[in-house]
Amino acid sequence: MSTVTTSTRSAPTRRRRKDDTKLALMFIAPATVGLLVFLVWPLLTGIYYSFTEYTTLTPPEWVGLDNYRQLLADPIFWTSLRVTLLYVVINIVVQTAVALVIAVLMQRLTQSTILRSLVLAPYLVSNVVAAIVFLWILDTQLGIFNIFLQWIGFDPVSFWASETWVIPTIALVNVWRHMGYTALLLFAGLQSIPANLYEAARTDGAGEIAMFRRITIPLLRPILALVLIMTIIGSFQVFDTVSVTTQGGPADASRVLQMYIYQNAFAEYEFGYASALSVALLVILMIVTFTQYWMSNAGKSDLD
Amino acid sequence: MTTTSRTVTDGAPRPTGAPDRPMPRRPRKRIPWGKIAAWTAMVIFLLITLFPFYWMLRTALSSNNALATDPSSLLPLGLNFGGFERVFGLQDVETAISQGGSGASINFWRYLLNTVIVATLITVVQTFSCAMAAYAFSRLRWRGRETVFLVFLGSLMIPQIFTLLPNFILIKNLGLVDTLFGIMLPTLFISSFAIFFLRQFFNNVPREIEEAALIDGASKVRVFFTLILPMSSAPLATLALLTYMSAWNEYFWSLMVSYTDQSRVLTVALGVFRAQSPGTGPDWSGLMAATLIAAAPMLILFALFAKKIVNSIGFTGIK
Repeated sequence: MSTVTTSTRSAPTRRRRKDDTKLALMFIAPATVGLLVFLVWPLLTGIYYSFTEYTTLTPPEWVGLDNYRQLLADPIFWTSLRVTLLYVVINIVVQTAVALVIAVLMQRLTQSTILRSLVLAPYLVSNVVAAIVFLWILDTQLGIFNIFLQWIGFDPVSFWASETWVIPTIALVNVWRHMGYTALLLFAGLQSIPANLYEAARTDGAGEIAMFRRITIPLLRPILALVLIMTIIGSFQVFDTVSVTTQGGPADASRVLQMYIYQNAFAEYEFGYASALSVALLVILMIVTFTQYWMSNAGKSDLD
Repeated sequence: MTTTSRTVTDGAPRPTGAPDRPMPRRPRKRIPWGKIAAWTAMVIFLLITLFPFYWMLRTALSSNNALATDPSSLLPLGLNFGGFERVFGLQDVETAISQGGSGASINFWRYLLNTVIVATLITVVQTFSCAMAAYAFSRLRWRGRETVFLVFLGSLMIPQIFTLLPNFILIKNLGLVDTLFGIMLPTLFISSFAIFFLRQFFNNVPREIEEAALIDGASKVRVFFTLILPMSSAPLATLALLTYMSAWNEYFWSLMVSYTDQSRVLTVALGVFRAQSPGTGPDWSGLMAATLIAAAPMLILFALFAKKIVNSIGFTGIK
């Protein structure tokens, strides 16, 4: 039985239809331990903690649905949910539109790797770096963007301290960081559209816009759907930018769900309640994913 | 998968179909307004993309006192390296304060070292551990293989936020809070995405080569180390690069686990640096110097491997 793993010379001929169970278990052991301890176990304990009162100083104490009742009656939870949704909508709509334009421009204009690399550059810096740079660029008094606004005849805007502007600002900062990456994903999708379709269309006298509407969009749809699922899930988990710039302020105007979860856990030591909030976020993400998948039929391609 | 994204593109000669028929519209030399507009749009996007990088550099090379006098200048104001000196702790407290710094010490080298250790170990161990698992899922025969693989695949659906709090409690109970090991542990061995990604490549390694080695008496362990790994060096390198970058840029988990300099990584340190604004207003020059230095290693790494990374994005992105 143990020959497979150790013997190098003993099984000379084609007796390889054997079962490798022992070896396989060895090979998957590190990853499996990681999976069970740091993904599966936390999933289960996280759900358990959401039914407890837990300050980490004393063991968790079962309180049933109390945390969920508190959650439903918590105005800040609803505010943070609204703020998060607003963020996701602005972030995703702008990012997808801009990325699509960039991807199509790249496809129609050039195959240059250098250009694609430059477009990707913001994605290489951390959210923290992006946040601090834009904190400076959008500074009310000295920020170059506000100076530019004044130069073209607008009043300066306090992007980070205004309740109206703070979420659009954070959403657009993250658009800056992610638009190139999203554009490259869509670009890869565009590359899979056969070029002869465009040639045929051009021969028939179709213009660029008609080709975009009749060829690009329908054939890109499955990729677009997948990219949307990925980016929306990522978007819901916004935290870094808020944490570095506003900490959720002014008032609750930028207190996104993850920020609220973090503050409950690490400022209030309410791990039970924070866990219930995470479960809520998990449920929201699952609903979003399944609805989208179901609506867009993401698996199917018009090319098949 | 790698090659499919490099299919024949528009304008390139097509191997099949009719030869490029010159259309009657060819001779009319019109000004290509569409093309000009498209290039203009592209250049604007590039400017938006790249301007913040220039602005980091311009501000980092300026002095704080001069920044306020002419904020619209596109060139550095009062050109000096004070910002960088503050970041590397080369300025004494008085000079730092007089130049608009907070005077608080920032142990930058320590944070850099911490980040390098964390990112390197995660990359090496995780890539290796996932390569082993991917091999087992791709080439070994064992009962339950498909089921176990589905479990791994399913774990891709768990959003990170959901595991953060319970993992923090786990790390806390293990006494690993505020240690580098605590920061690394949750992602040290496992990335379901990496397994999924590598399995695809291992599946494509021709079976004949492997069979030949096995007939020659090599063990499957040897096949893995001497055949599969070297033959997959390109995807392995790409994966390692992506892992390194995301470990380098990670913030949320490190923020939870690290409290003092002994485990503080660059992203968290930047957040702290930004929060210690002196009364006179943020030390923009120092902050921009710090962000630039924190981002530089990734930008350099990227400059070296840009082609590989850019071309890998098509399929790695679609998880």
